[in-house]
Order: sequence, then C-alpha cells, then structure tokens
Amino acid sequence: MDIKAYLVLSLTLFTIGIIGVLVRRNAIIIFMCVELMLNAVNLLLVAFSKMHALSTAVKTSAAYAADAQIFVFFIMVVAAAEVSVGLAIIVMLYRNTHSVDVNFLNRLKN
Amino acid sequence: MGSYITFPELLIWLPLLAGIICFFAKKEHAAKSIAILFSLILLGISATSLFYTDAKYINWNAVNYFYPNNIGNTFYVALDGTGRLLTFLTALAFPIILLATSKNSYKNPSSFYGLMLLSQAGLMGVFCSMDALLFYFFWELALIPVYFLCSRWGGEKRIQATFKFFVYTFGGSLLMLIGIIYVYLHTPERFFEDGTHAAHSFALNYFYRAQLSAGDQNWLFWLFFAAFAVKMPVFPFHTWQPDTYDQSPTSVTMVLSGVMVKMGLFGVIRWLIPLFPLAAERYSHLVITLAIIGIIYASCIALVQDNLKKLVAYSSIAHIGLMCASLFAMNQISFQGVMLQMFNHGINIIGLWIVIDLIEKKTGVKNISQLSGIAHKAPVLTIMLVIMALANIALPLTNAFPGEFLMFTGLYMFNPWYGAIAAVGIILAAVYTLKMIQRVFYGDSNAITDQVTDISFFQKLVLGIIVCLIFLIGVYPQPVIDLTKDAAVALIGRTK
Amino acid sequence: MNNVLQIAWLLPILPLLGFIINGLGRNILSKAISGLVGCLVVFASFLLSVFIFIEVKNGNSQVVHYFDFLNVDLLKIAFAFKFDPLSSLFLLIITGVGFLIHVYSTSYMHGEPDKDFAKYFAYLNLFIFSMLLLVMGANYVVMFIGWEGVGLCSYLLIGYWFRINDYTNAANKAFIMNRIGDLGFLIAVFWLIAKTGTVEFDQVFSAATIAKLSATDITGITLLLFVGATGKSAQIPLYTWLPDAMAGPTPVSALIHAATMVTAGIYMIARSNILYTMAPVTQGVVAMVGLATAVLAATIALKQNDIKKVLAYSTVSQLGYMFLALGVGAYTGAVFHVMTHAFFKALLFLGAGSVIHAMGGEQDMRNMGGLKKYMRTTHLTFLLGCLAIAGIPPFSGFFSKDEILAAAYVHNPVLWVIGVITAVMTAFYMFRLYGMTFLGKFRGSHEQEHHLHESPAAITFPLIILAILAVVGGWIGVPKIFVHGGHRLEAFLEPVFRESNAITTKHEITHATEYMLMGVSVAGALIALIYAWRRYGKYQQIETSPKGITKILENKWYVDEIYNSTIVQPLRSLSGFFNNIIERKGIDGLVNGTGKLVNYGSRQLRWLQSGQVGAYVLLMVLGILILFIIQLFL
Repeated sequence: MDIKAYLVLSLTLFTIGIIGVLVRRNAIIIFMCVELMLNAVNLLLVAFSKMHALSTAVKTSAAYAADAQIFVFFIMVVAAAEVSVGLAIIVMLYRNTHSVDVNFLNRLKN
Repeated sequence: MGSYITFPELLIWLPLLAGIICFFAKKEHAAKSIAILFSLILLGISATSLFYTDAKYINWNAVNYFYPNNIGNTFYVALDGTGRLLTFLTALAFPIILLATSKNSYKNPSSFYGLMLLSQAGLMGVFCSMDALLFYFFWELALIPVYFLCSRWGGEKRIQATFKFFVYTFGGSLLMLIGIIYVYLHTPERFFEDGTHAAHSFALNYFYRAQLSAGDQNWLFWLFFAAFAVKMPVFPFHTWQPDTYDQSPTSVTMVLSGVMVKMGLFGVIRWLIPLFPLAAERYSHLVITLAIIGIIYASCIALVQDNLKKLVAYSSIAHIGLMCASLFAMNQISFQGVMLQMFNHGINIIGLWIVIDLIEKKTGVKNISQLSGIAHKAPVLTIMLVIMALANIALPLTNAFPGEFLMFTGLYMFNPWYGAIAAVGIILAAVYTLKMIQRVFYGDSNAITDQVTDISFFQKLVLGIIVCLIFLIGVYPQPVIDLTKDAAVALIGRTK
Repeated sequence: MNNVLQIAWLLPILPLLGFIINGLGRNILSKAISGLVGCLVVFASFLLSVFIFIEVKNGNSQVVHYFDFLNVDLLKIAFAFKFDPLSSLFLLIITGVGFLIHVYSTSYMHGEPDKDFAKYFAYLNLFIFSMLLLVMGANYVVMFIGWEGVGLCSYLLIGYWFRINDYTNAANKAFIMNRIGDLGFLIAVFWLIAKTGTVEFDQVFSAATIAKLSATDITGITLLLFVGATGKSAQIPLYTWLPDAMAGPTPVSALIHAATMVTAGIYMIARSNILYTMAPVTQGVVAMVGLATAVLAATIALKQNDIKKVLAYSTVSQLGYMFLALGVGAYTGAVFHVMTHAFFKALLFLGAGSVIHAMGGEQDMRNMGGLKKYMRTTHLTFLLGCLAIAGIPPFSGFFSKDEILAAAYVHNPVLWVIGVITAVMTAFYMFRLYGMTFLGKFRGSHEQEHHLHESPAAITFPLIILAILAVVGGWIGVPKIFVHGGHRLEAFLEPVFRESNAITTKHEITHATEYMLMGVSVAGALIALIYAWRRYGKYQQIETSPKGITKILENKWYVDEIYNSTIVQPLRSLSGFFNNIIERKGIDGLVNGTGKLVNYGSRQLRWLQSGQVGAYVLLMVLGILILFIIQLFL
C-alpha cells in the first residue's frame, strides 16, 4: 500500500489534535487532543517502519525494522504515565474549581 | 600507583572529611574544636611536605588515578614549588583565622565551620590539581562555600555584595570553562597504562602539548584571563572586592583576601602563561598597563576611604596589581618575587584583618573618622597594627620588602618605565597607611574609643606568630625563594 | 686571621638587643634599668667601633659576608658589611655622639612615665641599629635597609608625643617626604641591577670604571640616588620636613635630625664618589642644589623665633654646604664637615634642649634672654658651639668650612661668593640666637624665672664633651699651608677617594689666594657676629607686624603653602574624582547597569508568562512552525 495514505491520515489526525489543543478550553478535550497527536506520530512510525522492512536495502539486518516499533511502545508507555498524572491533575483542578476550564489555571499566578 | 598516601591527597581529603564531620556536629563547641584540630593537623602535614621537595620523593608528592574508558580526565594531583608554598599558606592561614576569630559566635556554627573547611579543601585542590577538569571542579568548590558564607553570615548589605561577587566570579569561571573545553578538544590522543585510550585529555601535560595556533591563543587567553583577573582582581574587574570584603564576616574576608585572591595569580602561573605563551607575550603590555593603572587608581581611592575595611581592600587591590604586573614581566626575578610575595601578602593581610576585626569588635565602628586615640588605650594592639601596616608598605626587614624588591626589579628589567611608575605606588601606600594610623591610633581618645581595652594574651599569641613570620622572612627570605626556584625555571622554559 | 672585624656583627646586634629588651620589657623595667640598658649597648657599640677604627687605620679594610639576602637567577645580594676608612669614621660619629645623646636623654626625658621612657630608649636603640646598617652595608640594598629603617625611627620619634596632632602630622610628613626620596634611590638600584646585575659597591664601582655603564646610565643613576639624598638629607625640594621634625624630643633632633641621619645622603654620595666623579652633569646639579639650599635655609633662619627652628634651618643650610662640597668634588671636605657638624650641631641642639628644659618647655626666643647668669655651663658650651658653626678659627667649623669654600673657589669663584654670603648669614643668625637667648634681660614670666637652674650632670656632661670636640675636632684637618701633613683626615680617607682623585684634575691655588679666601670669610663672619651680638644682646620685644621680605622669611618663603596647593590638594581632588565618579558611577554604574538592563528585560518578558494554557500552546506551535520553516526553506 502506498505510504502516502498513511501520511495523509497521520497528518490529518495531528492537525486535528493541534487545533483541538489550541481552541478548546476543556481540559479533558485538550488532553484527548494531545493523545491524538501522540497516536498520529505512532501511526507514522509504524508505517515507516513497515516500509523500511519491505525495502531490499535493510533486509539483511532485522534490527532496523524493529527500531521504530520499539519507539512506539515507548511512546505508549510514556503516554500512559502522562495520562495518569494529567488526569490526576484534572481531578484536583475540578475539586478545587468545580470546573475543568484551563483558563482557571492562571489563578496560580496570584 | 596509589600504593602511597601522597601529600596532595592528604591535603585535599582531610579538610573535606573534617568539613563533612563539622556539618553533623551538634554543638558549636564541637564544630569549632573539630575545625581547629583538623586545620592544625593539616598545618603539620603541610609543614612536613616542605621538607620533601627533592625529586626522589616524587611518590610522596604526585599521584595520578585514571578511569578506564572515560573522556580523558584523571585524578592527577601533585605538589610543585608554587603549589607547595600556596598549600602551606592555606594550611597556615586557616588555623590562624579560626583561632583569631574563635571568640566570635555564629548562628548555625556547624554549617559555618563545615563550609569554611570545604572551601579550604577546594583551595588545596586548586593548588594541587594537574588536570584541567579537576582544577575547574576545585575552583568552584572553593568559591561556592564562600557565596553561602557571605550571604548567610555577612553584614547588612550582604545580599547585594554577594550577588555582585557571584556574578563577577561565576561569569569569569564560565568563560574559563569554555576555554578549557576548547583546549581539551585540541589535545593529542591519550593512551593509558591499561591499554585503553581517549581521544583527548584534560591532564596538564597534555594541555601543554595542545595544538593551538597564535590566533586561537589570542582569544583563549582572554577567556582564561577573565576568570583570573576577576579573582585577583585586576582593574577594572575589581569592584566586587571592596563590597564583599566589607560585608563578609571577617574570617571569610581573611580567607578571601589572604588565600583566595592567590588563586587568580596561581592560575596565571600554572595555566595561563604556560598554555598561551605567545598570547601572554603579545598582551603583556596591555595587562601590565591595566595592572599599573590599578595600582595608582586603587591607592588614590584608598587615600580618601573612610571605611577601614574598604581601605584595606583597596590597598590589597594595589598590591595584587603589582603582583599581576610583574607576573607578565616574565623573567625569573619577577616570577620568584611574585611567588614569595603571594605568601607574604597572605600573612600580612590576614594579620591586618585580625587587628581591624578587633578594633571593630571593641568599638563597634569601622569608620576612620569616628575613631581616635586607640594607641594609649591599647598599646599592644597598636604596635601589632603598626608592624602589619609597615609590612604592608614593604618596609625593609619585613617580609614584603624582599618580595616587592624582586618584583620591582623584574618589572624594571622588563621595561624601566613600568617599574618606575609602579613604584609610585609605594609612596601612595605610605601616605594612606600613615594617615590611617594617625587618625585611628594617635591623638586623644573620644567617646567611642574611651572604653577600648588592650588585647588578651591569646590574641597576642596569635598576632605574635604572624609578627614573627613577618620578621623571619623579612630578614632571611632565601629559603622561601629557593622553594619556588624550580617552578620559576620551568615557567621560564614554557615562555621561551 | 684573628681580629676585631670577626665580631663586628655584634655592632648592630647590640643596639638591636637594647631595642628588644626595652621594647618588650617596657611595662616592667624601671627608668634606671631601661636608661642603663639603652646607654650601655650603645657604649659597647662605641667601644667596638673604636677597635674597628684602629683595625681599619692599620690598613685592614675588608668586606665581611654573612649570608645571602636575596639570591635569584643571576642576582646575588649578600647581607655583608664593609669596613673601610669611610664607614669606620661614620661608625665612630654615630656611636660616639649617639652614646652622649643617650646619656643626655636619661635626664632630659626623666619626666616621662616609665613605659614611655623605655619606649623612647627602644626607639633610640633601633635608630642606632638602622644607622649602623646603613653605614656598614656593603651594597646598596643593605644600605637601603638601614636607609628606610632610620626613616622609620625618625617617624616614630617625631611622633613620640602621639597625642598631639601637629606632631603626628610632622611625623607623617617626614616619612612621606623620605619615601619620595627613597623611590629615587630604589629606581637607581633597579637601574644598577638591570645594567650591571649587581648592587655590591665594589663590583658596581669597578663596572663603572671599566665602562660597563654608559655615561647616560651613570648620570641617570647618580641623579636618582641624589633624589634619595635630597629626601634623607633635607635638600631642595624635599627639605620642608626637617624643620617640622623639631616636634620630636630635643635629643632626637640632636641625634637624628642634626648629627647622624640627615648626613646619610652625604655618606651615600661619598660612598659612590667614583660614580659621581664620572658624571659631571650630576655633580653640577648636586652643587647647585646644595648651594641653593644653603642660601635659602640661611635666609629663613634669619627671621625664625623658635630656638629649635633656627637650628633646624641652620642644619638644612649646613647640609647644603656639604652637598656643595660633594658637587665640587671635595669629598674629604664633605665628610670632614659632616664630622665637625655632628659635634657642634649636636652640641647646639643639646644646649637648646638644656635651655628648653630650664624654661619649662618654652621654645620662643622672644621670651628668653639673660640666661647667661643662670646656666653657666650651658652658656659657655653653647657659645663655643656658636663660634664653631660661625667658622671662627681655630674652632672646628672653621677648618671644614674653609676646605669646602676653597674647593668651591677652585671650581668657580661665583660658588665661593655665594658660599661666603651664606657663611656670613650663618654667623649672623647664630649670634642672633645666642644674643636673644643668653644676653640681655630675662623676658619670660616670673614663674619661669624662679624655676631657672642649671641642668643636672647627665645633661652638662655630654655638653662639655661635645664642646671639647667642637673646639678641637677640626684639628685633624688642618690645611697644608699651616702645618705640613696636617690634614690627617685626608690621608686616612685617601683609599676611599683614590680613584676619584685620580680622575679629577687638581688645580692648586697659591698660598696667597688661600690666605685671602680665609681672610675674607673669617672677616665677614666676624663682622656679622659682632653686629648680631651688639644688636640682639639688648633685644627688646617690639610689637610690630612683619612687613615685606621679613614677612616672607618668617613664613619660610611660603614653600609649604605652595606644595600644599600644587601637590597635596590636586592629589586629593584626583582621588575624590576616582572614588566618586569613576568607581561609583563609572565601573559600578556599568556593572549595575547590566543588572538593571537584565531586570528591565525580564520585566517585559514576564507578560508572556500569562498563565493562559492556550497562549503557551500557541507559542509552542508557532515555535515549531518557525523551526520547520527554517529547516525546510532556509
């Protein structure tokens, strides 16, 4: 399959993620958008990894093909950790402000 | 390798160990006793090391630990002539300082004495290390405790003063670090005894072999010089000094002025001139001019200073300016003069601070205009101060005379005009010193000085040691000069 | 070899020992003990000096090396003493006159508290120690050690009564003016080291004679050394400290500021005579400065009313004479005058001290008068001293002054004329002093008159000895025209000045001329003497404000004021400028300005830290976009 399709899909997801982070104020939605971006990158990594594995140049070395996929696992682990910490922060935010609007966060300033 | 315990190792680890013990000491008394005890032991060790200068004792004087597979840095410490003299000065200064100020009480004494000893360890390391990275490490180890000491135990305006000190010295240090890294990248490949090798090395002898073009030397010179010039300090990098001296607790001021300013001069001797001989020669006129301006300038300011501590600070700037100038005259007489004078200046200025601290403790003021007529209230104190002050203006038969004589001679041989103009400083020094003595000690006592009592036996003892040293070296300076001969000859060899 | 020179190191050590004993024990020693210690060590030194003198006279001159003071690279400076006719003669003067003044001091300073008394003797002993180093040093550095040492002692003793501000000012002035001179001395030493690599007298002088030093070098070195001499020996332009130095106790003025320390400059030039002979330009300068100082100081002395000030200016004037002698190459004459001057000037000062003592501290001559009948010994000895300094034959001053004037005449008759005028003025002001003090009616208060008495034996004994010396001291230098081979001093000093004499061409003057020269100067002095005697013998105080030249003379030509406004004030304003403008506003301003700039910049950047999560993310995305653009398109 053509790599372009993966690229387009990944780029679309990433852009949706960025725009979501930029325009929404709801912390949970922002959070989901961040995940979206991470996964867009994951998708791209897997796609490229597969592409490389199919090319003749690297057939001899199996290690290369696996590199990007290992990265994906790393990202997933980091994302999971981030989710747990981030959600905890959001819960605390909600408990204190009864809202998940991130603009309330600038109260820390004072 | 490492089968001996060497002098430099002892000199570095012992104060470090003592400092750490001090941090955990519960009582003030315990911390103080530990600090004094260890500094006295260290003095003994350092004094012993003076008798093992011969080349056959190399295993006692140098040690080099390396780490396999690393970037080429080693724990390489050794004592050469200059280092030996300055470690001895450090070892001598600390017990004197601690004893002289032992009556002062500090809040949180365990960390105070701990930090003092840490900075001593740093100083020892600076004077012993033969590895650039190690040198840099100890350089910072010596300075950082001083920031804390000034900012926690200093006078009213301590925060400002410490900040100024920090910005100046840290700025200088970082520039030097850039320089060290650049030179490191140009050192030859290094093979270790265990067969491993590193692409480059931080060791001093590899630094000396670094491939540096004249153009590289020119800008690297200034990176290193920035750090050393701030530390000395040379005009116009000096303004941190009077404020810091004024605001620090006196014992810290003594460390700073007696020992720590020598780090700058030592850096020039050990690193700057040997590493960049071409640049040093090229810029020598510029540096000497700056130093001489500094001498005249600082002496003039000292003339109108009312603050006793700042007066001594400016006088110290003038004296260090002379040492810096004659370092760059780069002949053997001037080098040995500087090495001798580094030691003498340390002793004299510590003595001067002790006396000034006593005056401040007894009267509560440090302004010359408020003091008067101490001489007939405290004759012994006065005699001590007059001797220190006369040593400070290099009267013959005090220790500063042979040092300054050699430095002026060296400077004169380099260029007669430099020698002659710098020598004007000795007139100005006499003017401000005598004026200070007259205002503070002579005349009739006033309301502030009426209650002054003379110093105790213990204080007489401490000051007496300093006075003995002043006269001993003043009458017979040759042993000290001989100690530094090899180092000076080696340095001359690098500049040729 | 077994001779006294082997224990010559004891010579300076003894007074040093006295200094240490008196200095450390000042709180426990009684006056009797500290006075005894002070005198005894100097007397022992004197005895040793006599033995050394005899040894040297027997032709045994040598340099005794003790240890290396500085030994760096090729520079070797030894701690060594040189014993030759010149130094042994000075040793005698210093320890001899020094001992007499120590004895005198035991009585003069008796009113002081115990510990100050001991302190005083400690300082005096330290002075003797330094002066001996100065004279015995076999090189310029050891000489310089003594040179600065005597300056220090002078400072300490001038400021002996340190509670009085004027006195400590005078002490500071003396030290600083000396330091200015010392700078010249030091630079000359550096110059020597740079050119010859040595400072040992013998080596330097041989280097000079074998043309290792160029003419420029010799001229420069000798001029700089002379700068040192102007400081120490109070010559123009550095002479103003000496009259102020009279703030010290009177015996100190006699010892340091008349007999010994101030002649150090003459000693140094006499020691370096070969260098000076080889530098005619310097010799000219030395002669001119000496003569100018002699005249200037003599004019000031004419109108002073303080008894010690008159003597001080007289000292400056006589020192000028000695420099004149050095300048015209009459080294023996200069040393001769140093010796006779040491006798009669010490005598005069001690006599003045005795008067001041009797008058209860009064120093103004206008309040004295008629002391002749109260103080017989003092009066008689003082009169002898006056006659000696006025140059009346056969007193000692006549012979030494005559030798200098004759040498000046040979050199240039104009020098001689001015010299004679100075001599006439000297006779005048000395007998003005004598007349105002000892003749006429007593003008002081009744209380003082009641208190008048002859001083005790400890004071009169040194006066008598010095008076004898002031009378007969000149007889060792009787000119050839009177007694053939009479000038025994010249023969004794001949080895020291041999090489200089070989270089200079001697113009002998006829006996007739020499008699004429003597006749004129003696006649002039006698006329001035008689005029002053008659005029001031019946001195009455008249209240008139001084006018014209008198006012200028009383104010010492306003030299102090000129120095103050041309040197001291500008230096002070320059320092103020450095401190207030450059240091505070300039350098500190720059450093603080950097701090302020960073502070201001940070304050502006703070607005970016708004707390709005959206804004942060936007900036982040923008940043990434910019990086992308740079990476892809640039």
